[in-house]
Amino acid sequence: MESTDIKRPENIVYRKPALITDTTMHYCPGCSHGTVHKLIAEVIDEMGIQDRTVGISPVGCSVFAYNYIDIDWQEAAHGRAPALATAVKRLCPDKFVFTYQGDGDLASIGAAEIIHACSRGENIVVIFINNGIYGMTGGQMAPTTLLGMKTSTTPYGRDAKLNGFPLKITEMLAELDGTAFITRQAVHTPAAVRKAKNAIRKGFEYSSRNIGLSFIEIVSTCNSGWKLSPVEANRWMVENMFAKYPLGDIKDVLKEDAGK
Amino acid sequence: MAEKILLKGNEAIAISAIRNGVDGFFGYPITPQSEVMETLMKEKPWETTGMVVLQAESEVASINMVYGGACCGKKVMTSSSSPGISLMSEGISYIAGAELPCVVVDVMRGGPGLGTIQPSQSDYSQSVKGGGHGDYHCIVIAPASAQDMYDFVDWGFELAFKYRNPVIILADGIIGQLMEKVEIHPVKPRRTDAEILAVAPWATTGKPAGRERNIITSLSLEANTQEAFNRKLLAKYDAIRENEVKFSEYLTEDAEYIFVAFGCSSRICEAATDMLREEGIRAGVLRPITLYPFPEKEIARLASKVKSMMSIELNLGQMVEDVRLAVNGRCPVGFYGRQGGNVYTPEEIADAFRKFNNLK
Repeated sequence: MESTDIKRPENIVYRKPALITDTTMHYCPGCSHGTVHKLIAEVIDEMGIQDRTVGISPVGCSVFAYNYIDIDWQEAAHGRAPALATAVKRLCPDKFVFTYQGDGDLASIGAAEIIHACSRGENIVVIFINNGIYGMTGGQMAPTTLLGMKTSTTPYGRDAKLNGFPLKITEMLAELDGTAFITRQAVHTPAAVRKAKNAIRKGFEYSSRNIGLSFIEIVSTCNSGWKLSPVEANRWMVENMFAKYPLGDIKDVLKEDAGK
Repeated sequence: MAEKILLKGNEAIAISAIRNGVDGFFGYPITPQSEVMETLMKEKPWETTGMVVLQAESEVASINMVYGGACCGKKVMTSSSSPGISLMSEGISYIAGAELPCVVVDVMRGGPGLGTIQPSQSDYSQSVKGGGHGDYHCIVIAPASAQDMYDFVDWGFELAFKYRNPVIILADGIIGQLMEKVEIHPVKPRRTDAEILAVAPWATTGKPAGRERNIITSLSLEANTQEAFNRKLLAKYDAIRENEVKFSEYLTEDAEYIFVAFGCSSRICEAATDMLREEGIRAGVLRPITLYPFPEKEIARLASKVKSMMSIELNLGQMVEDVRLAVNGRCPVGFYGRQGGNVYTPEEIADAFRKFNNLK
């Protein structure tokens, strides 16, 4: 029996996005990656740009992003995705090019590449997943780890004197003239998911207008790394992560121009 | 009649890239090869052939730009000098692991560390034996003139696409800075999208309906899958060793003694050979043009009929190890080298030769 035999098509209000493959995701239950993947797949599908989109996946938990979204993908070395994306967009200016990077990949080892891609105003989209920890390698401190936060390399909590301060790289990138749209979102509630999707869609739309780089940070949970249940992780994120990384648009050059 | 112009070796690389329809160059300044990107920026090929030229923020970024462009089936290249190539080694390993074509030019200077900015051949081992992590080989070709610099860009891309493998043009500060007459050809257009599709069906250019998505990655977490891939690479390297060896010989026919030297050293050895021949000593030069694959069969053939061989290199003795492996005891193998940016004269080589061979 097919599922359509028991569900009347007119009653279906939600389905798996057409561009999400049938591969079983390796992400932990409660992880934000799956939701963000879904949003990217929906945006690409709705914009009808599957045949013109190239994704660059990072090193980290989302290294296998290429297994889940049905588009052409390149798998970068750790931190280097913006360099790959720069070349793809410049060599193939009619393509939609995005990178998908975690906080270790983007804000630590890849800090130079993201700063200069932003500074050059590359017409690409960057999706930045910030969960304040290295997920794949077992929960080590990331540049975005909060003060006092326990990780496997800050077992007594992050101490500013020993480990330095959390890096608000998104605010930093907003200072660069080459960036067009900078926003910070989350996907912990249905309302947040809708907002995050709108932001991702705006980023893709801006990337075809030659106005510079669009950067969408998604403050995310890492239940396994944080050692919290999915529900507790969401609560902890709202109370702690949002205090340091407040949600909302930080820069939108088209809105600023419109206001003048 | 073909047009001939006066070019530095570094300039020849740039002019050749434009005239051979290269799609993109991504570089970072470093002595003694900065003229490559400077020439490209002056020529503005984006207004003529549509070639992209971009100054990256680092060698790390420039090789990863090459990686991204190569994923799209484009003819992309970079150039640098020794310390910059060290920084690129991660990217070169990824490109080799993802089986992508590209050309990397190394205009060698002295090392280790920041070293000197004078010419050297001390990146032989880095280029030929690996440089980055993992079991891989680059195809390494060694120019000895400005004309070679010009010609090897096209040849490099031919090999890179034939084997989906990075190609290193291993030059040195002398060849990069040397100004010589270079025969150039009319501009060949860049490949069209349809032509790219034909030569690179694996390219990530957007997934149309009706084909599987193209994924370029060097990651496989499953041991058997990775081992099968490593063996596939080995088969490719075997084919390269079988089919692509290239060398030139100078007066080896009747030679009793052989110099083995690549790049600028081969030309100096030819002058030393002329001097020795005037004394009645029958010397000759074998110049490996491909360093990987190495002309081991030809060296072995010559080794069984000569009295000795000498490897002459601007380093502490790197290629000599491969010469010894190829000779495999058939004749004595000597070495003479200079370092730090110093370059031997033909007289100096002739002296070293007489000393090694106990000739007056």
